[in-house]
Amino acid sequence: MNDNPVFERIQREIDGQPVVLFMKGTPVFPQCGFSAAVVQALTLLGVQFKGVDVLADPQLREGVKAFSDWPTIPQLYVKSEFVGGCDIVREMYENGELRQVFADKGISTQEPAAA
Amino acid sequence: MSVAASMHAKLTDVFEPVHLAVVDESRLHAGHVGARPEGETHFRVEIVATAFDGISRVERQRMVYRVLKDELGDRVHALALRTLSPSENS
Repeated sequence: MNDNPVFERIQREIDGQPVVLFMKGTPVFPQCGFSAAVVQALTLLGVQFKGVDVLADPQLREGVKAFSDWPTIPQLYVKSEFVGGCDIVREMYENGELRQVFADKGISTQEPAAA
Repeated sequence: MSVAASMHAKLTDVFEPVHLAVVDESRLHAGHVGARPEGETHFRVEIVATAFDGISRVERQRMVYRVLKDELGDRVHALALRTLSPSENS
């Protein structure tokens, strides 16, 4: 499995930024409701992240599934660690765990002040 | 056998769940990428099983994905998952 050339590129992506989201489309124009839901959770928490559009590269799209042992997109990585897909991120956002993960890893969140 | 019935049967076999719901939500996604006119492309699965006791969320979903590998590789475009152990479901 490690001889897959795209794995090196994926490793570089997740090591290059604290928060990396492999998604369909871009953070501004998500091409899939599940990717959009994760973008929204990260945006609501005010977390800076890098979106990697897997639709731009079929090798990356299949490669990241093998790399993470996870068959679906989106996939969220924090500090090079796989956090989960849409269901998990959504649940962790709703119960406050996601914010805790960012806090524990020293990643700043800037939630909008309650109106 | 429908895709839903086959997923239900496989999950029942492997996990012996105390609760299992396989919901076809394809109609909600009509016209979206991955949807097909004949349906059975978008599912929601809720499964409660003792097999998930002490297992992380990520690993639970991997367990389910492995069992449904054939369906996910072929027909099913999207699968929303809720995996609980019985104590979490109370």
